[in-house]
Amino acid sequence: MDFKFTDKEQAFHDELTDFLIAELPAGWADHPVQWPHDYAHSPYRDPKDMEVHESFIKKIAEKGWLTISWPKEYGGQGFNNMQQAIFDERMSYYRAPAGSSGSVGAGIVGPMLLRIGTKEQQAEFIPRIARGEITFWLGYSEPNAGSDLGAVRTTAIEDGDDLVLNGQKCWSSLAHKADYSWMIVRTDPDARKHQGCSFVIVDNKTPGVEMQPVINILGDHSFNEVFMTDARIPKNNLVGEKNKGFYHLMQALDFERITLVGIGGFKRMFEEIIDYVKTNKRNGKLLSEIPSVRYKLAEIATNIEIGYMLFWRTAEMLDRGEDPNVESSSLKVATTELARDMAEVAMEILGPYGQLTESSEWSPIRALVSRGFLESISATIGAGTSEIMRNIIAQRGLGLPRV
Amino acid sequence: MNLDLNTEQKLLKNSARSFLKQECPSALVRKVRNSDEAFPETLWKNMADMGWMGLGIDEEYGGIGGSASDVAVLMEAMGEASLPAPFFTTVVVSGTAIQQSSNEEMKAKLLPLLVTGKLVSSFALIEPNNDYGLTHIRTAATADGSDWIISGTKLFVEYAKGARYFLTVANVEGTGLIVAMIDAATDGIKLKSMPTLDYSKQCEVVFNAVKVPAENILALGDDAESMLNHLEDICAVAKCSEMMGAIQSVLDVSVEYVKDRTQFGQPVGGFQAVQHHCANMAVNVDSARYLTGLAAWKLSEGLPATKEASMAKSFVSKAAVRVSKLGHQVHGAISFCDEHDMHLYLRRTQSASMAFGNTEYHLEKVAQKIGL
Ligand SMILES: Cc1cc2nc3c(=O)[nH]c(=O)nc-3n(C[C@H](O)[C@H](O)[C@H](O)COP(=O)(O)OP(=O)(O)OC[C@H]3O[C@@H](n4cnc5c(N)ncnc54)[C@H](O)[C@@H]3O)c2cc1C
Repeated sequence: MDFKFTDKEQAFHDELTDFLIAELPAGWADHPVQWPHDYAHSPYRDPKDMEVHESFIKKIAEKGWLTISWPKEYGGQGFNNMQQAIFDERMSYYRAPAGSSGSVGAGIVGPMLLRIGTKEQQAEFIPRIARGEITFWLGYSEPNAGSDLGAVRTTAIEDGDDLVLNGQKCWSSLAHKADYSWMIVRTDPDARKHQGCSFVIVDNKTPGVEMQPVINILGDHSFNEVFMTDARIPKNNLVGEKNKGFYHLMQALDFERITLVGIGGFKRMFEEIIDYVKTNKRNGKLLSEIPSVRYKLAEIATNIEIGYMLFWRTAEMLDRGEDPNVESSSLKVATTELARDMAEVAMEILGPYGQLTESSEWSPIRALVSRGFLESISATIGAGTSEIMRNIIAQRGLGLPRV
Repeated sequence: MNLDLNTEQKLLKNSARSFLKQECPSALVRKVRNSDEAFPETLWKNMADMGWMGLGIDEEYGGIGGSASDVAVLMEAMGEASLPAPFFTTVVVSGTAIQQSSNEEMKAKLLPLLVTGKLVSSFALIEPNNDYGLTHIRTAATADGSDWIISGTKLFVEYAKGARYFLTVANVEGTGLIVAMIDAATDGIKLKSMPTLDYSKQCEVVFNAVKVPAENILALGDDAESMLNHLEDICAVAKCSEMMGAIQSVLDVSVEYVKDRTQFGQPVGGFQAVQHHCANMAVNVDSARYLTGLAAWKLSEGLPATKEASMAKSFVSKAAVRVSKLGHQVHGAISFCDEHDMHLYLRRTQSASMAFGNTEYHLEKVAQKIGL
């Protein structure tokens, strides 16, 4: 085993680190309020931060870094997956805008279009994704199709040059802020469950597409319900092979499980907790001197290291042309359960102060722990539940029977 | 980055596995546990013929060189086979200590014997008043001219009855620690068996005013301290590799079994509760593999490795026992039979998890390394 970056990877790591330190406003890492690996998309506390967010994404796009692992002719840098992983790690460590959880377009739709899109679809969407001009939401879940996506009922029926959509999507994160949906729909209502589905790209502005906000447990509007009523989209917006959507979905989900980890965020959050216990006393004693605190945090540090290893592993496999389907599931189980455990441990250590929800003189660590406690509930559910991940590891990884 | 074994390591792994499958079946492990011999001589000789005793030892002394990562590969294969022989204490622990020592005489005398399998050495560290660590060593070394007199009681000394030397840690009043290779044939040494969970033939070793010539001292004072600190990392990683091998076997055997065993008209591996046990085993095995690999790599590169070694030991110690127990669970009653091999792994992993620092011991070291 060899855990060293190549010279080229290391150089990119260092260049990117310097860039992030130089370009992000001083103290920026204290602004975002997301717990590592959540799907809650918490908004900034200070709305002015949104301006920093937007101008920073432009800068990253100008560098061609928003899509570094894409081929050069598509606005990427032609970097390998390890460099992509380094990018994700650094960005999430510095809590840079779109460092994690914000990149459905660049992390999922773009790579899928590059693999299965037509030349026309690539020409239409890829450059705009690369420049950070358009964003996507994921249209998978429906009221009756959660873990069992084979049960999607939203239909897309051909009519002339159009596909006519009818149905409902739910848990559509940030759909209200996005331009397009990357949606799985039923194109052959008569086929068996998994055989009649396809991917389509749906413009939010399409007549017949309506949204209702859904407020999440943190009190924020991140979810939506989206209704399609005779919504017409061009037939050309069907991506990949018709009725083979399930086959494509597996790959899209791998990308999602790798892209959204934000592994550097764990290290950053952990450093804040370490700082806190080293500088704060309870009952006359520094928290960091209490043996149980030391053990718990050492254990979290160890599990973060494991998360890093499993993360690098997926990138390394992609670079070898292997398909990290099982490995991305292991990564997802390990890191999402770590997100939950880290919140629990922090809550235990902080005691009653951990429950404070607003930043104040009494709330440790910017009141993030109470958020993390809630946010991390979503980690083991979104993008495939821990149970589904374990099914994948057992069945596809270990070859146990599906019965 | 390459998280797989390199070509030579793959070869080493394959040859070690097939050798041990042949030469060290579980029947042999059971035979050894029931016999008085400290370890199977023939197996040991054959292992030496494979060149294994020279792994990690400089070519200058007849060894074949190789890194900590290479040693990890072999230790893993040994863990898989529940090897009942003192490779770890002889080659990994004593071999490393002798090589690190500035005592050229000892190197020239002992290493050529060690690499041919003619020298078996055990590690005498733990004492009745401590469980692990260097802070409470009471075994006393007192100067006697240029020689030393050593007195004290050591516990959990593996394969002591077959050892020709004891790599011994003692305390010199006012000076600090001393590391000596004590010849097992010296007057004043008494052994008493300490049967343990893992059948590893551990002993109590009493040194009663044992005379140790100056030439047998490997390190003293600061040198001893730094040698032992380095050994602590080496031992932690080697034990992790051994546990890794054991739990990879547990996983493989369990997956085979649950595909085969039928209840309610279907393989039990089709039941989701069983599948999730297996998935948990797999994630634990993978995590243990990369964490151990990272620590071994750091050691191989000569980088500071204490944090990673302790992370690995703290995690793998728990994970290995967890996986072994899940292995039992998915097997049902058959695994509770002596005749079944599952308990060999459970025994091994539980003992290894406590050896050379348990989870808490290493978590405390990690805590220090992350700035707490
Ligand atoms: C914060 C957040 C953001 C999200 N964002 C989006 C989004 O942007 N777009 C989108 O399409 N979806 C999104 N989702 C939805 C998400 O993909 C689903 O919640 C997830 O796939 C699980 O489906 P479900 O919630 O319907 O649970 P269900 O499938 O109803 O599961 C309920 C319970 O049953 C278990 N279960 C179900 N099937 C099995 C099985 N075969 N074996 C074992 N156990 C099983 C589950 O593990 C779970 O514990 C989001 C979810 C969250 C929490």
